[in-house]
Amino acid sequence: MSMLIDVRNLDFSFGSGELTLPVLKNVTISIHQGEIVLMTGPSGSGKTTFLTIVGGLRQAFNGSVKVLDQQLINSTEQVKVKVRQQIGFIFQQHNLLKSLTALQNVSMTLEMYNGSSERERLNQAAAMLEAVGLGDRLNYKPDQLSGGQRQRVSIARALVGQPKIVLADEPTASLDKQSGQEAVRILKQLAKESGTAILLVTHDYRILEIADRVVELEDGVIKD
Amino acid sequence: MNLIAWGYFPARLAWRQLIFDRTKLIAAICGVLFACILVFMQLGFKDSLYASAASAPLKLNGDLFLMHKQSEAMWRPVNFKRSELMRTLGHPAVAEVSPLYLGLAPFKNIETQVKRTLMVYGFDPEAQLFNVEAIKNKRGELRLKDTVLFDESSRPEFGHIRPLLEAGKNVTEINDYKVAIRGLFQLGVSFAADGNVVTSDLNFMRIFPNRNAGDIDMGVIRLHPGTPIKQVQAELSSQLNEFVNIFTYDELLEYEKLYWANTAPIGFIFGFGTVMGLVVGLVIVYQILFTDIVNHRYEFATLKAMGYQHGYFIRLVFATAFFLAVLGFIPGCILSIGLYHLAESQMFMPMPMTFSKVITIFFFILSMCTIAGFLAIHKLKAANPADMF
Repeated sequence: MSMLIDVRNLDFSFGSGELTLPVLKNVTISIHQGEIVLMTGPSGSGKTTFLTIVGGLRQAFNGSVKVLDQQLINSTEQVKVKVRQQIGFIFQQHNLLKSLTALQNVSMTLEMYNGSSERERLNQAAAMLEAVGLGDRLNYKPDQLSGGQRQRVSIARALVGQPKIVLADEPTASLDKQSGQEAVRILKQLAKESGTAILLVTHDYRILEIADRVVELEDGVIKD
Repeated sequence: MNLIAWGYFPARLAWRQLIFDRTKLIAAICGVLFACILVFMQLGFKDSLYASAASAPLKLNGDLFLMHKQSEAMWRPVNFKRSELMRTLGHPAVAEVSPLYLGLAPFKNIETQVKRTLMVYGFDPEAQLFNVEAIKNKRGELRLKDTVLFDESSRPEFGHIRPLLEAGKNVTEINDYKVAIRGLFQLGVSFAADGNVVTSDLNFMRIFPNRNAGDIDMGVIRLHPGTPIKQVQAELSSQLNEFVNIFTYDELLEYEKLYWANTAPIGFIFGFGTVMGLVVGLVIVYQILFTDIVNHRYEFATLKAMGYQHGYFIRLVFATAFFLAVLGFIPGCILSIGLYHLAESQMFMPMPMTFSKVITIFFFILSMCTIAGFLAIHKLKAANPADMF
């Protein structure tokens, strides 16, 4: 199994000089294709910061962060954008575009790539929404959907580009138990079908069972 | 990425975001529409000013025109000696010359007896100085003592002359001198004169007893057909006294226009109004774009996290600016056409809505929105995808 995320000796801190606040200390972790890794830990332990560095959203300077064979430490914006385009993101809030329908929101992922026609994009997006159980909600705007439905749209948006990696930050935080479990169940099922690796940051212990591996982060250090 | 994806996708998203919030869209359109109407009206008044300023010289029938150098415009002339005009007859290319006498005088409204100032043109009826058929046809009447022709385009405050003439009531006073109106013509009013009458040179001297035929306000020169006007102009100006200007027809029009543009600061005032309209519009559109970015910053940050690049959002902002420009301009233009008609009927001055004006103002509005876009895009930095988690 090939290694999609390979992080070695990553150090990261906010601020500079005397105000330096270390967030991640000597973090080493690797994630393989098709693996589902849950990262847990108390607030302020650096989970989210770790996720933004791996996702190419935040610049780190020390250590080694290889994602899809691209070194992200001291990388250019171009490299990070390229990596981001191959990653599916699921946010704590659904972060859907409220002026667009579910179908259009999912299509936004596909509009970044060349080669497909509008019809192909819409068909692909509709199929994805079908897969997350929203086949009858294609033309609903986020305002007209429930919290769980919105999060499922955002799962569809993250997966429709067939990314090799999905990064999710507290995807169930704003959902009740049932819709939260429904959302991660769908996420897991679709990821397993396509061999997508998932790094999921959460402190929702109700969803631990979906993980292949659980990693605990505390004060910027990975506990064994 | 191909061109369609480059421009079309951000434009489509801009459009979808615009039409999502109808109330805000209407408010935004009103802002642009407001600027649009302001600019249309200012430029309309300015063009109307220039067009009306040139309405009298436009109809003058001559090749070269003499005016005193101190004459700032036809409506405020400085006299010069008739002999100065006669000297030009010595040039072989000059066919005929005739003096034009100009004066502002109060005209008594036949019905209300209220006096109001208008412009009096005096010239030899045989010279046919105006290219106006109604004046040419009435040259016999003009030769009669104490007769004038009245400009039907004059403001209505002078009275409804046509029905009065038909009723036989044609006697009034100009400069407290009794005259009879023997006919009507159409010339047009200007900012300087609310109305016009033409009369013979002899009658002119009767209306203005202080004037004498030796002191003229303007000299009209006609050349033999086919002579090069510019060349004759140069030769004559070397022979004439230095206190007279010698203009070609086009130069005279330009001179009248420039008076209003520069000497009278009215041209500046309208230019200033135009700029202020655009500045107000600029601020409005900037505010709209700015708050739009602030309101959508999380959505933009999300898209950035998905891999959309900064340029996409710049194009989105400019597309929004473009849509606002177009959506504001169309109703603005239609409303302005109505306002132009209203102004024409109220001011009795020409306010033409020309195609070139429409195009010019559209580009003004478009530039205004584009500049607002340039000012607003710095706010895009607020959309930082790392803050999304």
